[in-house]
This record gives sequence, structure tokens and C-alpha cells, in this order.
Amino acid sequence: MALTILYFAWVRERVGLAEERLTPPDDIGTVAQLIGWLAQRSPGHAAAFGEPERLRAAVDQQFRPLEATISGASEVAIFPPVTGG
Amino acid sequence: MIDISVNTAAIDVAAVHALVEGNGAGAVATFVGIVRTDDGVRALTLEHYPAMTKAALHHIAADATRRFGLSAIAIHHRVGTMLPGERIVMVAAAAPHRHDALAATAQCIDLLKTEAPFWKREEHAAGARWVEARAGDDAAAAKWSDGRA
Repeated sequence: MALTILYFAWVRERVGLAEERLTPPDDIGTVAQLIGWLAQRSPGHAAAFGEPERLRAAVDQQFRPLEATISGASEVAIFPPVTGG
Repeated sequence: MIDISVNTAAIDVAAVHALVEGNGAGAVATFVGIVRTDDGVRALTLEHYPAMTKAALHHIAADATRRFGLSAIAIHHRVGTMLPGERIVMVAAAAPHRHDALAATAQCIDLLKTEAPFWKREEHAAGARWVEARAGDDAAAAKWSDGRA
């Protein structure tokens, strides 16, 4: 199913896109698996997603751990730890 | 009353304070975060996740309202590019008594540091860099975990 994937901060800069709409293969079930799949798309993606421990995620606009499922989700965002305030 | 704002305009402290006064509040506590002037930062840019940001701030504000019995709370966060000395964020919490207003303000700013989708990018003379999250921020947020919804 098509998924809207959003990138923020240095993840966005390394990928070179703020957003893309992709249909991951059926065996991609979690955010962590999605990150591993995305890393193969381009050198920029590889640079953004090479160290998953530096990444955080939101699934349908809720913060979720990387082990969380993306089943049924319409939007996944991937970004570094937040630094507001 | 919960008032959330995410805006590129400068934060007007008196206006935010006025939003939460009244309604029987005996105490208003505020926190204002300001772009530092002491570490060579020329400008600070705040990026955020527009579809999620206001909901995340509202959740933090609602949590504090329930826990501390607030009569009103405002969280106003600036986004875009700002200069040293300019305000980044203001939290104002109103309650019948000071302890609840002060604690609610502290809880909100600690949780905002880890639970709201903002990212800071600093411009220095040598170039720009994304600010790294601090382990101390997680520890500060975690201390409020008891008693939250």
C-alpha cells in the first residue's frame, strides 16, 4: 500500500527530499525494516539511514519506537531526536 | 483553557501572559526560552512537523492541566529563523496556587524538549549544524512520568 514518508532536519538534507510517496514490499512490517529498505534507494538515503540508532519516528503523527508496525499506516516520518524548546 | 500557537512571528510575553490570567487564577508561572548569545550562534532556525506539532503541544498542555488543576495554559513556540536574544518558546500556566503553576510550567517545558517535533539548526561563523539532543533532556522528561495520563 502506498505510504507517505516524511523526513526532517539532517535526515531531510541527506535524502534530498522532504517527502516521498512509496509502496514498500509486503515483507516490510516495521519502521526499522522500512528504514533498512529506504537505505538502499540512493547514496543520500544510505547516508541518512545508515545509523538507525540515531533515528526516531512517528507513525500517523504519533511518536513510535522503531520496532513499531507500519501495517495500515498512511504516513511515516523519520527524523533525528527532537530538539525544541 | 488551552492556547497553543506555532508561528514565525515574535512572541509577545505580555500578550501570552494576559491569555492565561483571570478565571480565578491566584498564580501564573511562566517560562521563556531564548536564543543564546554566548556561544557564537549567529542565527537559529527551528524546523517542525506541521501536521503534528500543535497536537503534540496540546497533548502536553492537556496532561499538565489534568495533573495540576490548571485554569489556563498557553504554549507558544516560534518556528523559522531567529536571532540571538529572541524568544523561542513561552509556557504560561495559571492555577489557584503557586506550586501547581510552577510545577506545570516545569513539566511542560521538560516534556516539550522530548515530545514535540521541533529541530534546531544553528548557524555559526564556520557553518551550520543541527543541534544534538541531550541525554539530560530525556532524564528531565522522565522525572514527570509518574502521574501522567
